[in-house]
Amino acid sequence: MTGNHAVAYGVRDASAEVVAAYPITPQTQIVEKLAEFVEKGEMRGRYIRVESEHSAMAACIAAEACGARSFTATSSHGLLYMSEMIFWAGLGSFPVTMAVVTRTLAPPWSIWNEHTDILSQRDAGWVIMMCESAQEAYDTAIQAFRIAEDERLVQPVMYGLDAFSVSHTAEEVDLLEKKDVEGYLPPLEPSRLRVYMDPENPGTFGNLVGPDRMMEIRHSIKEAFDRARVVIKDAVRDYEKISGRRQVGLIEEYRCSDAEVVMITTGASSGDAKDAADYLRDEGVRAGLVRLRVIRPLPREEISDAVKGAKVVAVVDRDYSFGYGGILAGELEGYIGKKMCRFVAGLGGRDLTPEDFKGIAMKALEMGEKGDVSKEIWWGLKG
Amino acid sequence: MSSVLTIKDLTEEEFTLPGNAACPGCAAALSLRIALKVLGPKTIMIVPASCISVIQGYYPKTPCRVPVLNVAFASTAAAGSGAVAALELKGKSGVKVLCWAGDGGTADIGLQALSGAAERNENMIYVCYDNEAYMNTGTQRSGATPRAAFTTTTVTGKLERKKSVPEIMIAHRIPYVATACAAFPLDFASKLKRAESMPVRGLKYIHLLSPCPPGWRFPAEKTVEVGKLAVMTGMWILYEWYDGGYNLTGPSKALLEKSRRRPLKDYLSIQGRFGHLKEEDLESLQRDVDEHWEEFSKKLGIRA
Amino acid sequence: MKSILSKPSEGASGLTGMWRIKRPIMDTDKCNMCMLCWLYCPEGTITKRAGGKPRIVYEYCKGCGICAEVCPSKAIIMLRREKGAVDR
Repeated sequence: MTGNHAVAYGVRDASAEVVAAYPITPQTQIVEKLAEFVEKGEMRGRYIRVESEHSAMAACIAAEACGARSFTATSSHGLLYMSEMIFWAGLGSFPVTMAVVTRTLAPPWSIWNEHTDILSQRDAGWVIMMCESAQEAYDTAIQAFRIAEDERLVQPVMYGLDAFSVSHTAEEVDLLEKKDVEGYLPPLEPSRLRVYMDPENPGTFGNLVGPDRMMEIRHSIKEAFDRARVVIKDAVRDYEKISGRRQVGLIEEYRCSDAEVVMITTGASSGDAKDAADYLRDEGVRAGLVRLRVIRPLPREEISDAVKGAKVVAVVDRDYSFGYGGILAGELEGYIGKKMCRFVAGLGGRDLTPEDFKGIAMKALEMGEKGDVSKEIWWGLKG
Repeated sequence: MSSVLTIKDLTEEEFTLPGNAACPGCAAALSLRIALKVLGPKTIMIVPASCISVIQGYYPKTPCRVPVLNVAFASTAAAGSGAVAALELKGKSGVKVLCWAGDGGTADIGLQALSGAAERNENMIYVCYDNEAYMNTGTQRSGATPRAAFTTTTVTGKLERKKSVPEIMIAHRIPYVATACAAFPLDFASKLKRAESMPVRGLKYIHLLSPCPPGWRFPAEKTVEVGKLAVMTGMWILYEWYDGGYNLTGPSKALLEKSRRRPLKDYLSIQGRFGHLKEEDLESLQRDVDEHWEEFSKKLGIRA
Repeated sequence: MKSILSKPSEGASGLTGMWRIKRPIMDTDKCNMCMLCWLYCPEGTITKRAGGKPRIVYEYCKGCGICAEVCPSKAIIMLRREKGAVDR
């Protein structure tokens, strides 16, 4: 099945109760499938066919506030249109989960893959994950609810699927047994929520907070994120038990331990980068890869630990912040204690092959040896 | 559908506690107080950015004795939809959802979400308290500001007419649409009761005119008088729409004949926001009212 | 995780009686117990005592004067507070 359908099956198997969604390419298959599950009675939840993404997230927030496990999915412009409510969910600690099929932002119009959309929401108080494959999309759809609703965290979780290369590419996907998921993901207890609308015990969410109290509310979210690493690791470990399949935690280390050059990537093209590392090793170059499965919380310690033996690191950003640079490179700079080369590649869905990653790794080695890694390289830019 | 509540029908229990941040003489605060007496404690309120979000005072206190979910400006009816879905799924059919938004949050930025919820016919009550401008930010014109009114963004008077959200809602064919005025709290209460007790599922919409002393520029004690004059001059018509037909309610029932209506000038002249108007402006606005009644009277008496 | 809900309480904006410029004074002899003052008080600071006459809660009454306006028997007058007087 495709990555999109894998998400829909994961959401079904996680017994999501309220789905509110609006179509956008290349995400639409997720919500079409969920609508079908609900209409055919394969899912007990309610599906709200909202008139915008802004409304989708508003409905999910209110559903969570009334104790219902909620889900939506979107992409690029939908994500940005929703952005106000994404912050509302994060800063209000509503444990919604959302699939984001990463897609280039217009103008000009483009439906192809880029990560700038999901990274634009990185300060919203959400856990952010990225999926490499359809199988991981299914697994993440279930794990996301467990992570979001963990009483040590209680924050929303979004996870990215690269447009087409994950969203529309069909793979074999192992599905879990319902009873296994039920054991892994207990029903959402209202007592776990920070915001629960209970007429028996009424309270108001979101009225004015003066400067004397706001920092403490923000700090409580910061503390939740301090615990997020452990929450994610626990969720992954327990998922390995029920699935019998190895799961990636915060980062995936691929042939890193003895690598002289380590590429840092996220999302679907990590597979091509792994192939590149294999080919380079056949040619006598010790290349490795770190794949970020989690971007918030940013696993800086894990990454710097993984690259500690390398001579040089190559961060490959499929995103860009004008006047700043590749977003992941900027975020890791100064934390990983290594010479770091910054590559911007694959914008607007431009294909990235193992050959590209071989070239990127070799270029990084060359720059490292020359001792000058200051230049940001736009990989494959046509003259 | 003609039962009208009396004072005795309203519970002594207060669901909005005193010491909130509403301005003295606030009709929105008054109406909310009345509304919660009618709907009772098993009500979840959804409130967007509005005077009501400020009236709630400061965390960790709130005047509201029902659960309140404050949401972003444009999202009231969408959030209401999510709450309705969750409550139905959880089997909490006895808990009502009340969306309570201002005219900016309803006629302007929230109209898309409201239209979506109305088209889906979500099972909730939506009250727009209409003080005819963005009062929370200091009186900027909204789509619901009447023609000629001064606001801080129409300093020589608004050129365009007031947008009729109730008519937009009627076009959605939801089960119940009504107008109300804060100066007639029992008429408003009766309409809420009707909306609440209708057996048919769906969105019930009440558009409540809510005089605003600082925004309309009249003394705080005149809130009720101004509201009553809005109705008695025919500027604001009290009606209900259901089963495909309209009926007038309260004092508006007696005002079909032009001679029964007070001159519009009586309403305009006690408000500073109309203080700049000349005689010909008053006449022009009076013609608007007369034409509106003529048009409106053609709709009466038709019910499916 | 700690709840972040505000809890119902009087005085969510403090003792709003401090805002008052004029003070409503009720002449209970004139009161005919129609309860319009209670109905129309935006703040809910007029209490309806079982069988008895209405009472004004001055801690929170903002002094808007609506009660005096709607009282058909003119039982409520609005008194301007004297300079320096503590109006509680």
